[in-house]
Amino acid sequence: MSQALLPHPLFAGFGGAFEFIFSRQTSNVTGGHKVGGIDQVLELALRQIEVSVVALALAMLVAIPIGLYLGHKGVGEALAIGLGNASRAVPELAAIALIAAVVGVGFWTLVIVLAVLGIPPILTNTFTGINQVDRPTIDAARGLGMSEFEILRKVEVPMAVPSVMGGIRTSSINIIATATIAPLAGVLTLGNFIINENVYGANGVLAGAIVVSIIALIFEFALAGLQRRLTSKGLRLQAQ
Amino acid sequence: MRFNHKRPLMALFMLIAALALAVGISACGGGSSSSSSESTEAESTETTGGEETSEEGGEGEAITSNPANAKVSLTIGSKNFPEQEILGEIYTQALAAAGYNAKSDLSLGSETVALKTLKAGKISGYPEYASTALTAFFGLEPEEVPADATEAWEKANAEFEKEGLTAFEPTPFASANAVGLLKTTAEKYGLKTISDLEGVSEELSLYGSPECEERIDCLAGLEKYYGLKFKEFKPVDIELRYTVLEKEQADLSILFTTDPELAAENGKFVILEDDKHVFPAGNVIFVTSKKVAEEAGPDYEKTILNVQKGLTLPVMQELDARVELERQSPAEAAAAYLESAGYVE
Repeated sequence: MSQALLPHPLFAGFGGAFEFIFSRQTSNVTGGHKVGGIDQVLELALRQIEVSVVALALAMLVAIPIGLYLGHKGVGEALAIGLGNASRAVPELAAIALIAAVVGVGFWTLVIVLAVLGIPPILTNTFTGINQVDRPTIDAARGLGMSEFEILRKVEVPMAVPSVMGGIRTSSINIIATATIAPLAGVLTLGNFIINENVYGANGVLAGAIVVSIIALIFEFALAGLQRRLTSKGLRLQAQ
Repeated sequence: MRFNHKRPLMALFMLIAALALAVGISACGGGSSSSSSESTEAESTETTGGEETSEEGGEGEAITSNPANAKVSLTIGSKNFPEQEILGEIYTQALAAAGYNAKSDLSLGSETVALKTLKAGKISGYPEYASTALTAFFGLEPEEVPADATEAWEKANAEFEKEGLTAFEPTPFASANAVGLLKTTAEKYGLKTISDLEGVSEELSLYGSPECEERIDCLAGLEKYYGLKFKEFKPVDIELRYTVLEKEQADLSILFTTDPELAAENGKFVILEDDKHVFPAGNVIFVTSKKVAEEAGPDYEKTILNVQKGLTLPVMQELDARVELERQSPAEAAAAYLESAGYVE
């Protein structure tokens, strides 16, 4: 079936991966019981989504308030951007090993590591989005008698929405992709198929990668849709 | 010109609130997240084992360099954990000492990847555990793996030969997976063998590498042959197999019998006797292609067999300790072995 649908040799390997997703396959090392199949794929996919959503939420809770504050004050550019960039260099596996040695492995260890990974794009984009709002616009708002909080809420935040959402989208892709290392920290996600080629075979590795990509795309489209809804009409017209 | 003032900020906060709620929900459900892996679990990869009594190490004869070997290039591979990298380095450095143009390409991945790399001709050979070869490559059940090292090697070699490969004779030491735990836990429940876990395993958590869950020489085998059900199985990086015991997160953890931690004098960690032989012990056999073996000449096999003579269980544990506990590089540990065993000056 897949042969007929996907004649290009580039896709030749995909047939096996789809078979792995939908029906259980034999494996050399399991003593006869089969692996894969839609039940296992869905279970691992849900776990992947769960840990990603929680980590993204935590990253937003930390990064957005700090970004808003620093951006509005126009201070701490070096901090917001430098810290953001520096934390991108944290190797996740080393971070897991480090945290595991202190608090142990498990769901929350993983969430913390993924959130640390997710903070930089959101923090940097929130800061930049707020900070880049035109000075004359803000002066006008102040001239109208708005308080600092009103300026932030009514002027700066609406104008920063596209930038903030861009950061959240980048962050979500990073987190979802990296959540594949979760099976090394006590949580079984789709990474299980990818890490254990000797159990699940090349088809399992590819199947895991395909499902992770689909999840990432769903998040991307959903967040892009949300971004469109959140962006004020004026900005949308301007963009066109 | 008018902005919709309220909506963006409100919506953003609602989004955050919704996600925060999700955090709360999954916090409540967190405990169950691990229990959902009801399948099987097994992680045992290569392992170890046996109780070899080892004679003293340093009986190796010094390796002499043969200028005729200089025109032969060899690349030695290994799987992706310390013991394998040490073995890869030992073979590489010994072959270089014998005059070969030898280099290493270590930490290739799992046995599947290593074998594929060998078959593709990208490496000349790599160390494999005879038990792993028989179960993972040639479909034997763990209980079918011969307990005798020579017999296991002959069986594996016969299969390798069919594929254009050949395996040299086994090392003195063997490695196997083992169910390990803190000595205090073992005393508390009165555990000596894996069979003793019957009746208490449901209260105990087992940690192992992710692949352990499905492997017959790991969790799948514990469930199938011992009929054990554990409170939960949690997958962790192999590197963390002692950390989770020390942190008392894991009641039981899958260890390797060559682990240096088990040789420590204080005896903090103990392993349970595998009384039903689910974890076959594997001596290391060097797997290479027949073509490479032919082209490289007689010094190839001779050097490898010579240099592995000193690799008894205590020696291997000590080499693992240098790398895993003292953070030496595999190359340094290998060089120290070659020197102290008298293979090189």
